[in-house]
Amino acid sequence: MKSTAAVAPKQNHSRLPGLSRETLLSWYDDMLLVRRFEEKCAQLYGMGKIMGFCHLYNGQEAVSTGAIKGALNPNDYVITAYRDHGQAISKGVDPKAILAELLGKYTGTTRGKGGSMHIFDRATNFLGGHAIIGGHIPLASGVGFAIKYRGEKKVCLCFMGDGATNIGAFHEALNLAGLWKLPVIFIIENNKYAMGTAVERSSAVQDLHKKAIAYNISSEVVNGMDVLEIYQKVKAAADRARATYEPTLLEIETYRFRGHSMSDPVHGVYRSKDEVESRKQSDPIILLGETLKEEGMITDQYFDEAEKRIKKIVEECVEFAENSPDPPVDELWKDVYFEGRGE
Amino acid sequence: MAIVSLREAINQAIDEEMARDERVFLMGEEVANYQGAYKVSQGLLQKWGPRRIIDTPIAEAGFAGVGVGAAMVGLRPIIEFMTWNFSLVAYDQIVNNAAKMLSMSGGNFHVPIVFRGPGGAAHGLGATHSQALESVYAHFPGLKVVMPSNCKDAKGLLKTSIRDDNPIVFIESEVMYGDKGEIPDGEYTIPLGVGEIKKEGNDLTIVSWSKTLAHVVLKAVDVLQQELNVSIEVIDPRTIKPMDYDLIVESVKKTNRLVIVEEGWPFAGVGAQISHEVTSRAFDSLDAPVERVTQEDVPLPYAHNLETLSLPNLDKIRTAVKKVLYID
Repeated sequence: MKSTAAVAPKQNHSRLPGLSRETLLSWYDDMLLVRRFEEKCAQLYGMGKIMGFCHLYNGQEAVSTGAIKGALNPNDYVITAYRDHGQAISKGVDPKAILAELLGKYTGTTRGKGGSMHIFDRATNFLGGHAIIGGHIPLASGVGFAIKYRGEKKVCLCFMGDGATNIGAFHEALNLAGLWKLPVIFIIENNKYAMGTAVERSSAVQDLHKKAIAYNISSEVVNGMDVLEIYQKVKAAADRARATYEPTLLEIETYRFRGHSMSDPVHGVYRSKDEVESRKQSDPIILLGETLKEEGMITDQYFDEAEKRIKKIVEECVEFAENSPDPPVDELWKDVYFEGRGE
Repeated sequence: MAIVSLREAINQAIDEEMARDERVFLMGEEVANYQGAYKVSQGLLQKWGPRRIIDTPIAEAGFAGVGVGAAMVGLRPIIEFMTWNFSLVAYDQIVNNAAKMLSMSGGNFHVPIVFRGPGGAAHGLGATHSQALESVYAHFPGLKVVMPSNCKDAKGLLKTSIRDDNPIVFIESEVMYGDKGEIPDGEYTIPLGVGEIKKEGNDLTIVSWSKTLAHVVLKAVDVLQQELNVSIEVIDPRTIKPMDYDLIVESVKKTNRLVIVEEGWPFAGVGAQISHEVTSRAFDSLDAPVERVTQEDVPLPYAHNLETLSLPNLDKIRTAVKKVLYID
């Protein structure tokens, strides 16, 4: 940071409306943290320290950073599916607690009860982490309902994959949000594949945003590799939701650089190496870095410093998680029925 | 004491809890403009307005999920299923999202919600519209299952359920909505997990609940006590989960014989669970194997004679009672 302090940021650039250098660098760092966090997860999974299913966010970082860290207020809500580490980090959930959760530790986000697919955090209004495809989408409409019921000026961001747009819960939830005008922003992270099934093999309508038309919900397509565009589109939708309670559906076109889950190779039966390599040319982190450089906000030195800083954070996460205790035995019977939080 | 119908008792519970707590609302198909498919919510739209009495489209997964989401962030929804049969298209919302949320979120989010509506067979509705689903929902940790058999219990148990911080499966009965009964004047609640001895007796215990208790068992007991010259104790657990095992076990220790009568199917039914608990805790007290009367293990047919043959009835209860008493 110190070394770039002499570089004066350009003012009023059309691509960076009203965004301070500090804000933009925090986004860069957020995306880099998610990337390096996920790479560490892959490593720990390979070592057998992370169990079960684990779905990594590599390539999609701009979506969580732009939509959550960029466009939301801290008291807004986020609910998502099972590829949830990145969104939790962008929402401000402590990455140490996330990694501890992945290792099944008592200090984890859900005390070792949820695992990778079920990250929850009450303090940051992070509502999970849901692993039955589409099952969480009606919950988002319910959160929107509660916001409107109480007359609040909040929004609920609901993330889902392209595959979720084919299941009934998606359609019922969107119909209710459109019918009742609920302040929910539905975000389809279209990474082209539902596990190994391409969009053109699973959806009669391949322009997924058009599904919003059936429910009288405004929709747009967004470039998922451009954190600035994501920020702008989600911010506009959130402003509108706060003012009018109108829902929005955004189809964010993105790409995952790794397999669906840890057992799925990066390329193979359903997508070619050439395709993956060509998509990696639009790496969202590199693209933001280049923009910041072009704008004179940072120099190459910043990248090295950021890497070092993020590496340290991830190392601290690992150290914290590995040194944390397993859940105590009596935890097995806790939180089946609610008996208060002792607050 | 006032005499009201079961639908009025439920209506009063909802109305009183809405007055008590601004976070409570009622949502479901035909609950508002139509005044309830079975007129349970009669007058509530007029009193509370469309913000809190909310008609939904036919979208159980959607509006059950809306309830769960709203409950996660602090509201206290009452979600009406026109019948519990329709809850099956919202099954994921109930058993995954509502039941598991508290545990899976490590205590981060609890779900204070009541899912309610009529369950079980009515008359001539056929297989998909006649299901007793209490054993299904009671299977899942995280849910409580409540099944009143009369007006007083319905009101008191529903008020407690609405105040409970956990997801509640509250199963009423279509054919009981017109049943009349006394309810106490003024405010009262009934705790979950506490059964009631409906009738004291010495020679055997019958456990049953909801409509089967009110419309079948109590009448059968009157007939059989005279016919067989026996004294029958009748227990209504009132909540299926948590089940008041203590009350049942204590009764069996006195009577030494147990018959469970339920409308559900036999395999992994509620009666099987009660039977296990009693056998485990009071084996030495039993003078006969525990008997169960259930619906036959078939989808419920439409024809009146076959429907009657499939459900618990006097003849089947007589057979079970005679069996545990070793009467030929």
